[in-house]
Amino acid sequence: MSSTLYNEIINEHNLRPYHKQKLENANYTLEGVNPSCGDEITLELFIEDGIIKDAAYEGSGCAISQASADIMAEMVIGKTLDEATHLSNLFLKMIKEGVSEEELEELDEAGILQSVSHMPARVKCAVLGWRTMKELIEPLKDNN
Amino acid sequence: MRELDDKVREVFPIIKNNDIAYLDNGATTQKPECVLNAVKKYYNEENANPMRGIYELSVAATDAYENAREAAAEFINAGDASEIVFTRNASESVNLIAYSYGMSQVNEGDEIIVSTAEHHSNLLPWKHVAEVKKAKVVFYDPEPAGEFDIDKLSALLSDKTKIVAITQVSNVIGRINDIKAISKLVHEKGAVLVVDGAQAIAHIRVNVKDLGADFYVFSGHKMYAPMGIGVMYGRKELLEKMPPFLFGGEMIESVTKERTTYAEVPHKFEAGTVNVGGAVGLHAAMDFIKQYGFEQIVARENMLTSVALDGMREMPYVDIIGGDMVCNHHGIVAFRVEGVHPHDVAQVFADAGVCVRAGHHCAEPLHRYLAQFAGTRINSSTRMSIAMYNTVSEVERFLDVLSSIRGLMGL
Ligand SMILES: Cc1ncc(COP(=O)(O)O)c(C=O)c1O
Repeated sequence: MSSTLYNEIINEHNLRPYHKQKLENANYTLEGVNPSCGDEITLELFIEDGIIKDAAYEGSGCAISQASADIMAEMVIGKTLDEATHLSNLFLKMIKEGVSEEELEELDEAGILQSVSHMPARVKCAVLGWRTMKELIEPLKDNN
Repeated sequence: MRELDDKVREVFPIIKNNDIAYLDNGATTQKPECVLNAVKKYYNEENANPMRGIYELSVAATDAYENAREAAAEFINAGDASEIVFTRNASESVNLIAYSYGMSQVNEGDEIIVSTAEHHSNLLPWKHVAEVKKAKVVFYDPEPAGEFDIDKLSALLSDKTKIVAITQVSNVIGRINDIKAISKLVHEKGAVLVVDGAQAIAHIRVNVKDLGADFYVFSGHKMYAPMGIGVMYGRKELLEKMPPFLFGGEMIESVTKERTTYAEVPHKFEAGTVNVGGAVGLHAAMDFIKQYGFEQIVARENMLTSVALDGMREMPYVDIIGGDMVCNHHGIVAFRVEGVHPHDVAQVFADAGVCVRAGHHCAEPLHRYLAQFAGTRINSSTRMSIAMYNTVSEVERFLDVLSSIRGLMGL
């Protein structure tokens, strides 16, 4: 038995995150918590003309929750709200029921968290950032 | 007396048949064959609804159940078997005391003292009683290293104190509390003492009379018995004046449309068909423990704990909660690894076949309280907990993994 979850990519995003910081010009903020582990993140987005121009988060928690949020922030910058929602749905699908080859490719770096789908205790950690983002942007889409 | 050594593993099927190091005994223990066989034998040969039938099988079931009660009374040195009430687990036992004794004896303005080290099971029922009765829960904080200062309890106790609830052994720091000294103080104020024995019962000899506990609770599943059977010990004098908690069959003497007369203790508190199979399993588990005796069990568990602590002391990035002295741990060692979240720590252990627990261990107030001294925001930890069947090589396997974690996490 060997550790499959903690590879270099996860460790890198956890130890040296690119987007774990305060976002000065953020116009949307939402806090997400995972009560079972006590992971918490505050997601900050700068959204203009229906596009996520910048994303960042702050918080504390296990490597899975923090790395997943960092990967997500990296992926959604420059995306429209619809595209971001689509990615979030895909990610949740990957964890909950599994995805096709093509869908996995679409998820790009986030696909490395696929193995979490077999780890019920870690699911909530992996989806924390994605769930929070989805919650944040869902109501905005209705307004447009 | 049977000698306690590594051979004891042979009688635990899960332990024998898996290449894992099971070090989550504080959560639940594995079950020896004699317990499994006793349950099977009961259902194969003696099963019937106890207390109800006058035929032979029902008498056999009743005897099996009542014999288990006698055994439990003897195991903790209760004065009488009628002081043993069977429940599902420690949590239900505390709820029974809270709903019955608490709701009937606590009044507006009264106080319930609860230690900050409590498992939620010995905290939330008291918060509920306090809320309903407009009483107050007063927290008794431990010192930063985990021990309780008895003088601080004196200062908290007053004429308003009706109940004091405290654990005998903490499920996080493993520290044993001086229940005898505490009960003296509590009784001087005329309050009653509720002791949570969930983490003590399989690891030290318990004598409720000597401790001076008014109530003492524990779960069978943490002492090699099946899940779903637990004990609430209460002093008879208290049990007799307490109202029932659950209502239904088997807990009455007579019922007319107008009037109900309740059965004698302990049956007053055991509504409905009881868990005879579980009680029989608990009986077998107690016999199993007695075959080895606490002298050997304590010696072996302390030896294993000291191997763990010696190894952990060598790792400067490991912070042991509750200090590194064996006598303060009772087989429970919770810790933090610098730079690695407890859930990641437990994950690395899991991937290496070592079963440990991560989280706040249902003791959030304690973790928050301890975090302030440790200067950390992380209010959780990883816990390894030992039982009589663990071995030195399992603890060494635990230490090997522990020493590799920071590297695996890129630190
Ligand atoms: C100190 C303590 N009290 C109470 C409990 C609750 O036990 P149970 O879940 O069996 O009711 C536990 C077990 O987790 C415990 O460690």
